[in-house]
Amino acid sequence: MSEPTKHDEHHIVSPKVYLVIFLALLVLTTLTVAASFAELGIFNPIVALAIAVVKAVLVVLFFMHVKYSTRLTKLTVGAGVFTFLVLISLTLSDYVSRAWGRW
Amino acid sequence: MSTTIISLPDQSTARVPKVNYLTKENGLLSWLLTGDHKRIAMLYLISISFFFFIGGALAGLIRLELLTPQSDLMATDTYNKVFSMHGIIMIFFFLVPSVPATLGNFFIPMMLGAKDLALPKVNLLSWYLYVAAGILALYAMSTGGVDTGWTFTTPLSTHYVNTNVITTGLAIFIAGFSSIFTGLNFIVTIHKMRAPGMTWFRMPLFVWAHYAASILMVLGTPVLAIALVLVVLERTVGIGVFDPAKGGDPLLFQHLFWFYSHPAVYIMILPGMGVINEVISTFSRKRVFGYTAVAFSSVAIAVFGFFVWAHHMFIMGVSNYAVLVFSLLTMLVAVPSAIKIFNWAFTLYKGSITFETPMLYSFGFMGLFTIGGLTGVFLGTSGTDIHLTETYFIVAHFHFVMVGGMLMAFLAGLHFWWPKMTGRMYPEKISQLAAVVTFIGFNFTFFPQFVLGTLGMPRRYASYPPEFQILNVFSTAGATILGVGYLLPVLYLTWSLKYGEIAGNNPWQATGLEWQTQSPPLTENFIETPIMDHEAYDYEWLERQKEKEVASVG
Repeated sequence: MSEPTKHDEHHIVSPKVYLVIFLALLVLTTLTVAASFAELGIFNPIVALAIAVVKAVLVVLFFMHVKYSTRLTKLTVGAGVFTFLVLISLTLSDYVSRAWGRW
Repeated sequence: MSTTIISLPDQSTARVPKVNYLTKENGLLSWLLTGDHKRIAMLYLISISFFFFIGGALAGLIRLELLTPQSDLMATDTYNKVFSMHGIIMIFFFLVPSVPATLGNFFIPMMLGAKDLALPKVNLLSWYLYVAAGILALYAMSTGGVDTGWTFTTPLSTHYVNTNVITTGLAIFIAGFSSIFTGLNFIVTIHKMRAPGMTWFRMPLFVWAHYAASILMVLGTPVLAIALVLVVLERTVGIGVFDPAKGGDPLLFQHLFWFYSHPAVYIMILPGMGVINEVISTFSRKRVFGYTAVAFSSVAIAVFGFFVWAHHMFIMGVSNYAVLVFSLLTMLVAVPSAIKIFNWAFTLYKGSITFETPMLYSFGFMGLFTIGGLTGVFLGTSGTDIHLTETYFIVAHFHFVMVGGMLMAFLAGLHFWWPKMTGRMYPEKISQLAAVVTFIGFNFTFFPQFVLGTLGMPRRYASYPPEFQILNVFSTAGATILGVGYLLPVLYLTWSLKYGEIAGNNPWQATGLEWQTQSPPLTENFIETPIMDHEAYDYEWLERQKEKEVASVG
């Protein structure tokens, strides 16, 4: 079923955009490898995860065309991200406060 | 007060329509390769009934073992396997797909005035995944079973047992995808396939309930899939996510597992609540009281459902502060559930109530679900939970919600829509009897377990102290009554396929679009796309339609 509104018109992404994103992903991969050799202590996994998140966002926005999609699609993606944040933050509410002892 | 609203066509001249979705094509292949949502619903109905009776047989074994305090019918290890497989089969292969995959599959497109679900092939794929998962689970069961309980709790499942955890885990992984596809299909269909005039707030509440449940299926199930894959990887290659010796945490598994499995409770109950809306409205001849509130309460249950999971873990070693937060959040779910119950009560108020079988089952649902829900508040309160958790109180609580609630709702819906699905009526008197027998048997089986739980009888053991025997005998005796209550529908529903009275289009005088077409429906559902020009549950509109028909015939 095609939606009658103009939002549904297929947005054509130029090859240039794809190439730029591809290069950005390559650069970020290199950065991840480089960061893993640096001794950052507690920040090692944080940096690695931060870079990975940036890469995932680029893929979702451009390669998966979410940037050019309808608001409904964006809401759907947002719902997934929101649920994931609920999972992480409420689980962490347990881990962070375990050492606080009794109250 | 009239005693019935059933209006059937003149039986001497009435015939089941020659062309319908059942007779359109013939042969096994026409069923196995079908894209028709109604045929897939029937395939699902047969499959889930099969698994229900396997799960039921296992329940019978559990109750027989618990007839005596000693473990004498089977070895204690066997008992562990029996209750684990009972839980796994009943939850993943019966309750989760029960109403959505059968009644939802069949009626959501029809209620919306659509020809089919948005993605018919994905729908068929979902059934095949279900069957594949079911076969894998049966294989695991027949080659030794699994004894972790349905929760696969670590470190028991990863380090201490040597049963078929991997096979069963993969079976549930696959069944999860079947559930995701069903949910995805419903969401897309409800957004994109509504008939002209069918606005969001004209949809039957059955559709709203399924929309909320679908959101849970799509957002929650992947987390269960990940959790089970991690258990499998832990057992096969020892990745150590749940192993403290390797820097992991066994409780992380429970966080991931219950993040799905608590919302899964709402995946199971919400479609059942949807059924109750339709039945209560039809048999009290009134619009559902507070339509908008009931619609949003479904969505609210779905959203709150994601914020309460750690109440399953109060005694597992989570931090005291997390217990406080989750205990408070748990209370929130009682609000939308109460909105539903109160609104159904107000729908009944001053309605023209009749007591056909679906209505009897719905009354059963309302009473038993309320008890199940309110005992959930006891368990959500951390103080009482510490005493009651891992006792038979829990067992009674979730059986009141799942069996007393969901199974009653499933049977209500099955009887309610049976005339539409098959074109024939079920026999009314014996089915009313079955509904009453089920209700009595259910209470005999599970109410003593509340008492046993408060007395301190732990769950998941084959033997128990002798002073608990009398209540356990009660419970086992009740289970046999309950068994009769479930066998009766199988017998008379099968009988009705050939000998039932011809139902006609709308035996209940219900307002949903699914009743404004022939029974059983055409493959395309409607002769022409219906136009929704009235609110849901508008019985005056139905009266005007009938007058118009009479005028045009006269």
